[in-house]
Amino acid sequence: MPELQEPALSPASSSTAAEPRRPLPSPGELFLGFAQIAACGFGGVMAWSRRIIVEDRRWLTPEEFNQQLALCQILPGGNILNFSVMFGYRAGGTLGSLAALAGLIGPPTLLMILAGMLYRRFGDLPALRGMFVGLAAGAAGLLIATVAKMVGTTVKGRLRPAHLITAATFVTAGLLRWPLPWVIVAVMPVSIALAWWERR
Amino acid sequence: MSDDSDVYLALLAIFAACSLLAVGGANAVVPEMHRQTVDVHQWLSDRTFSELFALAQASPGPNVVFVALLGHYVAGAPGALLTMFAMCAPSCTIAYGMARVIDRFKEAPWRIVIEAALVPMTIGLIAASALVVARAADRSAATVAITAASFALCYWTRITPLLALALAAALGLMGVF
Repeated sequence: MPELQEPALSPASSSTAAEPRRPLPSPGELFLGFAQIAACGFGGVMAWSRRIIVEDRRWLTPEEFNQQLALCQILPGGNILNFSVMFGYRAGGTLGSLAALAGLIGPPTLLMILAGMLYRRFGDLPALRGMFVGLAAGAAGLLIATVAKMVGTTVKGRLRPAHLITAATFVTAGLLRWPLPWVIVAVMPVSIALAWWERR
Repeated sequence: MSDDSDVYLALLAIFAACSLLAVGGANAVVPEMHRQTVDVHQWLSDRTFSELFALAQASPGPNVVFVALLGHYVAGAPGALLTMFAMCAPSCTIAYGMARVIDRFKEAPWRIVIEAALVPMTIGLIAASALVVARAADRSAATVAITAASFALCYWTRITPLLALALAAALGLMGVF
């Protein structure tokens, strides 16, 4: 599940395969396809979704995939969740939407309930205590690496006003622990103004 | 029983708000989830929060399923389902609405501006998430070293992050911490 989110403005990646896409999937195929994406989702759901949707099943061309993804990234909520809802709708209407979403989050949710039961029951066993401590420390490093990569793709050698936005968001949400609505109300208008000004 | 329904209602309210505020995905709202569940409601400890987060990271599925684990810890299986519903329904409803009008906005200038405005905020929020998780997880020199090693492995190599997590868990099992 650790997911390296690509920044929304990532360049369109060109695929090697130039084969035509196949007909759009039925609700049953959508459920199975997104369940497969979720099950493979170790180390990046987004990478797997591209591989399964574009390369294996060829439901979308690479260009279509990037276009749909870009829109998902400006909506609130998980990118891949939004993607499943929007792509599902496009392929099979409301039923398609529900089928894709159910495939994506249904099985992992059940797995989490199972994991939660095991953690509640065995989480305090001395033998396993160290494992959870180690796992938590490892996950922290993974998240820091994700941030570093995201920063790396935006910096590209020079500092832009947008980096002040990143810093302000980090300080208010992370160091000062403001409630998130405050952070968004305080930072978002400035960020939109800056983005608009930079684009002129 | 009324205590239970109070908790359910609180979970519903907290995660529905997180759903709408999740600029750039579930990991961006980790600081807010931590603030609400650990600081405000004190349903779980800082340490438990970081361990549940790690457990979710080590499992398959989208990042958002972390909230099911959190909900389960607070209020059992009904809590998990409720939390997951609260976290997904609002944002997915918006996505559904967008899907119905999608073509109108493909090239709209405001869309591009909003996208450019959201990216730096998302990075700041995920950085804040990393701080919250690292603060809770790194309480000794050994755990700081594990975090540093996991960072190095995930940042400079292309191996699956799962390997870093497996190594960290194995070291812990052997009693390094």
